[in-house]
Amino acid sequence: MRVHKYGDHVDTDVIIPARYLASQDEKELASHCMEDIDKDFHAKVKAGDVIVAGLNFGCGSSREHAPLAIKASGIKCVIAKSFARIFYRNAINIGLAILECPEAAENIQDNDELEINFDTGLIVDKTQNRNFQAEPFPEFIKKMIEDGGLMKSLRAKKA
Amino acid sequence: MAMTMTQKILAGHADLDEVHAGQLIQAKLDLVLGNDITTPVAINEFNAAGFEKIFDKSRVVFVMDHFTPNKDIKSATQCKQCRLFAKKFGLENFFDVGTMGIEHALLPEQGLVAPGDAVIGADSHTCTYGALGAFSTGVGSTDMGAAMAVGYTWFKVPAAIKVNVSGHKRKYVSGKDVILTLIGITGVDGALYKSLEFSGDGLKELTMADRLTISNMAIEAGAKNGIFPVDDITKEYLNGRLKRKYEAFYPDDDAEYERVINLNLDEIDCTVAFPHLPENARPAKSPENKNIRIDQIVIGSCTNGKIEDMQAAAEIFKSSGRKLADGVRGIVIPATQSVYRECIKRGYTEIFLDAGCVVSTPTCGPCLGGHMGCLAAGERCVSTTNRNFVGRMGHVDSEVYLASPAVAAASGIAGHIAHPEEVM
Ligand code: SF4
Repeated sequence: MRVHKYGDHVDTDVIIPARYLASQDEKELASHCMEDIDKDFHAKVKAGDVIVAGLNFGCGSSREHAPLAIKASGIKCVIAKSFARIFYRNAINIGLAILECPEAAENIQDNDELEINFDTGLIVDKTQNRNFQAEPFPEFIKKMIEDGGLMKSLRAKKA
Repeated sequence: MAMTMTQKILAGHADLDEVHAGQLIQAKLDLVLGNDITTPVAINEFNAAGFEKIFDKSRVVFVMDHFTPNKDIKSATQCKQCRLFAKKFGLENFFDVGTMGIEHALLPEQGLVAPGDAVIGADSHTCTYGALGAFSTGVGSTDMGAAMAVGYTWFKVPAAIKVNVSGHKRKYVSGKDVILTLIGITGVDGALYKSLEFSGDGLKELTMADRLTISNMAIEAGAKNGIFPVDDITKEYLNGRLKRKYEAFYPDDDAEYERVINLNLDEIDCTVAFPHLPENARPAKSPENKNIRIDQIVIGSCTNGKIEDMQAAAEIFKSSGRKLADGVRGIVIPATQSVYRECIKRGYTEIFLDAGCVVSTPTCGPCLGGHMGCLAAGERCVSTTNRNFVGRMGHVDSEVYLASPAVAAASGIAGHIAHPEEVM
């Protein structure tokens, strides 16, 4: 899992610019993800990569397109010092793993290789040979993320 | 572990003995709310997920308030979708034109929210019910759609800020001045994620109307919820409205607060939030305010459309014996049918009409620039609503000044931003 690192207050407008919101197509959204802050993002991101950012990640509008675009890009998890409240809800509801861990967000560098254990919340930075401890997700949230989000999870339960 | 009021309510609804800030929990809900804008999206999600049942037909509440009586074909279609769904599932609390009021004024008034409840609504001002000692917060339409089906949702347990209220309210000062002052201190993101928990001797000075206004705007400080302890004032309000049993929760003495803010009511005078953020709180009484000519006043909304708000505005018109200044339009919107009726009974409607105002049936209308009083470029409005963001009430070059009903009425009379004393 390779790291793509950004600063504080990455807002939903740079995650997915409003000019692309007419599309609901995940691939289309993914192809414009982060382009206003990092135009090479789409070209360099690989399935399983991680975004690491500072304070208030996902601030701005309540659009669910933002976590969707990130997830569709192949990003496995976003680690930040803190998340905007609605982004936090939306991310979990669409099945994107997010970890709030100020220490990790501060110290992990761009391009570092990580390993994350979602059961224990342990983040291992293999490049720096350093560990960080985030609060692990409770079972029901893990299940929701595995199922692909809130609605899919409830449907799975019902079936 | 010591817990705050909010944490205790959440623990109870999650069947846990204790919870801590930051913990993710799954909590049962007492009420799930939506309006005519957010409910259609929730219904679509509900249908797409293949649900065939709602969890409890007495606990899913739809209120048609934003664009009603329908302002255009699109809003009529949205209401129709809600109406058909409500009928199909036998919702006991579907409020349509004729019974509706603005959701956050209506639910407390109708006794639908009890202290200790956990409530979500697909509307950001759902935090209003903290005034009654409930945990309530705004969520998205997907959350609403899922919660309608299953009756629970997930929350991240919030940390808290304690707001310690002391002193006595001055003449003309109301809950609106208190919350605008508080947001002036915290800023619009000063309470992000967190609960605002009110306490202190000064609470006995705050009527239920004051508290509802204060909790309503907790979100404008970024808070997840804003909650008051249940006291005699709460109990008196609930008496005769609430038909179910409830449990009141109080914070532990050693509950953890990230910050304590002291508010001395003696020091709070009438306050106006200038464009374009609710945190731009300034005194209503200031010589420079004479230069801020206004075009419109709006008295209403979920923040200040209650009978006490109508009374405060009517008293300013009546005791000053004056009308709206030339060139100022006055729009008065009682928040619910019963407030509307009471205004007629008490003679307020006539006072408003005499002063040159129009009095409308309940609707959110101008609050979100929807209808019934949008602003043109360059126009200024003193409004008792809760948001003064760029373009909130109309054109992006219009300006909204947030204030109490007394200040809005006084400003309408003066033709500029004014403290009530200036027109007496
Ligand atoms: S009155 Fe305004 S703030 Fe309140 S629910 Fe309606 S639109 Fe929202």
